[in-house]
Amino acid sequence: MMERLKKLVCWIDERFPLIATYKAHVSEYYAPKNFNFWYFFGSLALLVLVIQIVSGIFLAMNYKPDAMFAFASVEYIMRDVHWGWLLRYIHSTGASMFFVVIYLHMFRSLMYGSYRKPRELLWIIGMIIYLALMGEAFMGYLLPWGQMSFWGAQVIVNLFSSIPYIGHDLAILIRGDFVVSDTTLNRFFALHVIAIPLVLLAIVVAHLVALHEVGSNNPDGIDIKKHKDANGNPLDAVPFHPYYTTKDGVGAVGFLIVFCAIIFFAPEMGGYFLEDNNFVPANPMKTPEHIAPVWYFTPYYAILRAVPPLFGSQFPGVVAMGVATVIFFFLPWLDRGKVRSIRYRGPVYKIFLTLFVISFVGLGWLGLMPATPTYTLISRILAVVYFAFFFLMPWYTKIDKCKPEPDRVTSR
Amino acid sequence: MTDEVNLSKRRLLIATTAAGGVAAAGAGAPFVLSLMPSERAKAAGAPVEVDLSAIAPGMMISVEWQGKPVWIVHRTQEMLNLLSNHDDRLVDPESSVQQQPPYCNNSYRSIKPEYLVVLGICTHLGCSPTFRPEVSPTDLGKDWPGGWFCPCHGSRFDLAARVYKGVPAPSNLIVPPHKYLSDNRILIGDDSKEAA
Repeated sequence: MMERLKKLVCWIDERFPLIATYKAHVSEYYAPKNFNFWYFFGSLALLVLVIQIVSGIFLAMNYKPDAMFAFASVEYIMRDVHWGWLLRYIHSTGASMFFVVIYLHMFRSLMYGSYRKPRELLWIIGMIIYLALMGEAFMGYLLPWGQMSFWGAQVIVNLFSSIPYIGHDLAILIRGDFVVSDTTLNRFFALHVIAIPLVLLAIVVAHLVALHEVGSNNPDGIDIKKHKDANGNPLDAVPFHPYYTTKDGVGAVGFLIVFCAIIFFAPEMGGYFLEDNNFVPANPMKTPEHIAPVWYFTPYYAILRAVPPLFGSQFPGVVAMGVATVIFFFLPWLDRGKVRSIRYRGPVYKIFLTLFVISFVGLGWLGLMPATPTYTLISRILAVVYFAFFFLMPWYTKIDKCKPEPDRVTSR
Repeated sequence: MTDEVNLSKRRLLIATTAAGGVAAAGAGAPFVLSLMPSERAKAAGAPVEVDLSAIAPGMMISVEWQGKPVWIVHRTQEMLNLLSNHDDRLVDPESSVQQQPPYCNNSYRSIKPEYLVVLGICTHLGCSPTFRPEVSPTDLGKDWPGGWFCPCHGSRFDLAARVYKGVPAPSNLIVPPHKYLSDNRILIGDDSKEAA
């Protein structure tokens, strides 16, 4: 039996680089041995991607992308399809958990300087994944055709119409109609289930290829390739399999415990994962009393609202929101610090990173709240803090007093 | 085999690449154009006829036109009197920006002062504001003379659908083209002179 299997692998290997690929990316991919808690989130993102694709395929079998039937078909899935409620709650919880995982994954990179040379392109590909994910989530949220779906899409698409000169026609092109309608729902479905997932899969592969080309960073932020053994492998590294497959397995189990707890006990998460108003069918005649985007968009939404209209146009706010997202792309060149990891940075960076986290979480909370004058004022202050983190980075990372980096990785 | 570039072959290569590029762009056009509103979507904007006699004084009804809400308010004399008291707090009290057809270019922004016809879509990001006709409610402040409040981003409009200063919406609400068919019947979406 084993003999036959070996022969089969040999047969394949003569025609396809099976063993070589497995070695390069799994059994002989050497990763730093000092990975900690924060290094769970890359593999968890992959896990959530698989969960979303599988649950999405099965939802699409019963969902109807038609304004007349969409809302009812989701209720049909919830009530009449065997285990349909589970499929839907897996998918809706997966959407929010995707952003939880991605935000923590990105925060890891901020802490340990994982975007620094030579990982600039790896970081940029990751940011493209993040943007694609935002598009995927936004379009997916229209599909249940509830009140929040409708008015959320209405507001976001109207952001584009504030672009001078071309905005009005661009918004019509996106909607395919003069208002958010059946046409919009139908095309968002096509983009949500085919176009963006295809792009996502391709860039996730590119992300991994780029990672395995430059090698993983580590919590010390030092280059492990300076010290190699006789075989040319870094002394401070272990093969991904079996070491990190085992570690990530533990992470996956821990994650799935939390994930299942949400699905079974709090699938709506108190209105944060599935908003209350989305259990009301879309009504183009009436906006709900209070609308807010889903939590993962609210930091940017708060920045949008914080900018007052200038020259009779909302465009500056839209630009601020756009800059707030795109600015991440430039991190590798904004950071002038001598060391990568926060462990060896001086106090200035630590203060700025803390302020950034406070502003991001604070803006996220404010984006869920109604726009009162007090909240708007706080939003403005936090928006300034948010941008200060990026725009002052070339200055404060340079003047910061760094500690000496160790020669070899440390474990703590 | 020489290292020299064969210029005529290079030129042919450039020409065929350019022609191929043009052809590819041309082939892409139908895909992009298919995203524009279809003929059916364009035809959906048929005019809507409304009977005004059913609207009690001080009340508002909402009708659907082109998939959007159109509000019709039966303004009382009291409401109309309040309209001129807060010009200094408005962005465009004279309606100088053409957000209304010329025949509504007056301080009431309507053909007949008592009936306001306006598109119920906020000029900020397209939410539909809430009708708040009451004077001085606690949540909107003592100097609120009645109007609309947008729940999405806090824009405020008076009972002539004119926008207040210091709110996100940049301009007054749009008055759609409409005309009176008789004393109590209007047609929204058509203001041509000939009888309907």
